[in-house]
Amino acid sequence: MSGLSSESARPWSTRGRQWLRTVLGPFLALVLVVAVFTVADNMQADGGKFATLRNAQNILVQSATVAIAALGMTMIIISAGIDLSAGTTMALSATVLAWFLREGYPPPLAVAIGVGTGCLAGFINGSLISLLRVVPFIITLGTMTIYLGLAKMIGRSTMVRPDRAQIPDWMGELLLPRLKYEWMIFPPGVWLLLILALLVSAVLRYTVFGKHVFAIGSSEATARLCGINVPLTRIAIYTIAGFFVGMAGLYQFARLTIGDPTSGTGKELPIIAAVVIGGGSLSGGRGSILGTLTGALIMQVISSGCTALKQPNPIQEIIIGAIIVAAVTVDQFRRGSG
Amino acid sequence: METALLGMSDVSKSFGATRALQGVSLEARGGEVLALIGENGAGKSTLMKILSGAVSPDSGQMHLAGQPYAPTGPHDARVAGVSMIYQELNLAPDLNVAENVMLGQEQSRLGFVRGAAQQERVRGALGMLGRADLPLDVPVRRLSVADQQVVEIARALASETKVIVFDEPTSSLTQHDVENLFRVIEKLKRSGIAVIYISHFLEEIRRIADRYTVLRDGAVAGSGQLAGTTESEIVALMVGRKVEELFPSVPHIAGEVVLSLAGLSGRKTPRDVSFELRRGEILGIAGLVGSGRTELLRCLLALDPVRRGRVRIGAIEPRSTPHARIHAGLGLVSEDRKGEGLAQRETIADNATYSRLTPYSRFGWLNLRARRAAVEDWMRRLNVKAHSAEQTVEQLSGGNQQKVALVRVLHQDADVLLLDEPTRGIDVGTKAEIYRLIASLAAEGKAVIFVSSYFAELLSVCDRVGVMARGTLREIRPAEQWTGSSILSCALGVEP
Repeated sequence: MSGLSSESARPWSTRGRQWLRTVLGPFLALVLVVAVFTVADNMQADGGKFATLRNAQNILVQSATVAIAALGMTMIIISAGIDLSAGTTMALSATVLAWFLREGYPPPLAVAIGVGTGCLAGFINGSLISLLRVVPFIITLGTMTIYLGLAKMIGRSTMVRPDRAQIPDWMGELLLPRLKYEWMIFPPGVWLLLILALLVSAVLRYTVFGKHVFAIGSSEATARLCGINVPLTRIAIYTIAGFFVGMAGLYQFARLTIGDPTSGTGKELPIIAAVVIGGGSLSGGRGSILGTLTGALIMQVISSGCTALKQPNPIQEIIIGAIIVAAVTVDQFRRGSG
Repeated sequence: METALLGMSDVSKSFGATRALQGVSLEARGGEVLALIGENGAGKSTLMKILSGAVSPDSGQMHLAGQPYAPTGPHDARVAGVSMIYQELNLAPDLNVAENVMLGQEQSRLGFVRGAAQQERVRGALGMLGRADLPLDVPVRRLSVADQQVVEIARALASETKVIVFDEPTSSLTQHDVENLFRVIEKLKRSGIAVIYISHFLEEIRRIADRYTVLRDGAVAGSGQLAGTTESEIVALMVGRKVEELFPSVPHIAGEVVLSLAGLSGRKTPRDVSFELRRGEILGIAGLVGSGRTELLRCLLALDPVRRGRVRIGAIEPRSTPHARIHAGLGLVSEDRKGEGLAQRETIADNATYSRLTPYSRFGWLNLRARRAAVEDWMRRLNVKAHSAEQTVEQLSGGNQQKVALVRVLHQDADVLLLDEPTRGIDVGTKAEIYRLIASLAAEGKAVIFVSSYFAELLSVCDRVGVMARGTLREIRPAEQWTGSSILSCALGVEP
């Protein structure tokens, strides 16, 4: 008979255990990093500021921009793609948003156009990849520079600064660690991030679209064989990812209150790093939203912890770089032994 | 010589949920050839890996010449006296014969190779094999495959090996070279070395081996002296059933036309293919590799670009996209199980339902519980051995993977099943199950196109067989009117 009967004796399905392992790894790393910095911080004379609610709020606020863009990047990486233009698209969205605010358009419209710019950029990425059949790395390497140029054109090679009065209160408070209402614990932007993360996570696990994303990433040939419309699905993935990059542009603008065309250059790397630290595989088919959020947090905890320990920037960068290499190595090792 | 030179007792090994070996015991005696026989997936390669130290067993012991033997890696195994001769030879192509023989065991002084002393050892080893004529200073790249194999064996002798394991050594040799190899093995035997000889070919085994051990599903199915054992006894041990049961017959009759092709042409192949297929009919497609069989199926599903021609499925002529063709009732099982047939890292449930998720979907959201129940039902019907529908496909054996691919086309309820080499690389037991499945699907009114390189299965399973050559469909006849040789001459393009 089939081996199905033995299943009741196994409390975890194989997929469940696998999920636990991939999520548990980054999570344990996060706990470890927090523990190390808490101990180290408490050992210094004027320590005790690291493990506080105030600092936790700061860390979440500071990681929110990378994290929200990384939601879309997770989908892209699961589908065996990559988006190198995420950083400059984010700056382009922020610049467009700032420009519309400065020109006196109503803020909701400015936000919609700013985020819409991100969607459009993603749509263009996905369409070029699907139509030209060039690998995502090259296409987005090109559009990365194109979007930077567009942002500079809009900003006339300088920053777009709307008046204080032109920026609505809610936008300023989106990611303000000092809360208007104490009961909220975290600013609204962090809550919005969590809601969107839950939604994407559910879409990836429980929808036809999510299954198709994994199928394309695991084996594009199989996806084609099964009649999945690969080009269309890919365009959808990049467009949705563009939405999240546009949201990241909104978040960045909310914190800086200026649209700086060059502020996104290089920002694609922490976004990709968050996904990779969180267990995403650049060869596709693997990755989780929970892992990605954990990855974004790990990076921010390290940089915040280093600041608390009065360590200079270069040290933070070296540690984060080492974490990326370690995360991928551990993941490979786990896969090899599993 | 009665004492075992190499002994394995009760060795077990699991990879994840797959039990590759289960309580395997065997012994190889000095001056004797032990044949290790088994189907693909029976556990031969795992056994080899354990002997060579590439993997370590979960339980059980091994002994070599009275000492406990637990190699930590291939080099360790070689130093202990166990050498492997693989199908794919392990030589450095640009080094010469002497250097290859002494590779890893160079005699040196202060880091400089002592050429003269080495040459002597190499000559000694080659002489023992009766091949003192091989030039020592020629890069092995320039030698024939058979001579390269001799170099590998000489390398084993130069390291004073006690046991040599041959893995399918004749698969790339000509008949003449096989004779030479057998002479070499005879010499090895006479010098007291224990030889383990792994092969599918029973005639070979009968000629060269003294004793046999048959593996099936990771366990020893039987062992004994070859003298006095018939071939059908060994086959029965390998297969676990009688050979006559391999091609079960399920009566089926042809109904209305469900698929018709008119002048179908792809980019290069197929060229101008036309035929009709009826419900309840099994059409075999034979042909050499590269004759366009696979491309014909791919054009039918519009996976490869269609240049000309019409495809009619039932009452409609669907558009040239895989989605439209699948929707119209075609389903393809790919010949490339790993690369295309299945998304290896995804679960059985995902792979089985990628082509038809609609029954579980409401506004795009899936009812995973209902899907799982449906998939597990299919898994029971096809006897897929797995822990659950949520297991990833890469953990399954080849035969079970193929069943998952079949579950997919059945689950999508295809009217016309396009099966490309569906029995390649799977064990005999599963082959029999797949033949039975194909016949019973035909009895249910499905039409099947069955592409295979194995003429015997086409002639036994199919109602009609078509032969392809150079992209065109040469001839379709009822299966009874073909023989293996008439198919071959048609595939080669020679008139019988």
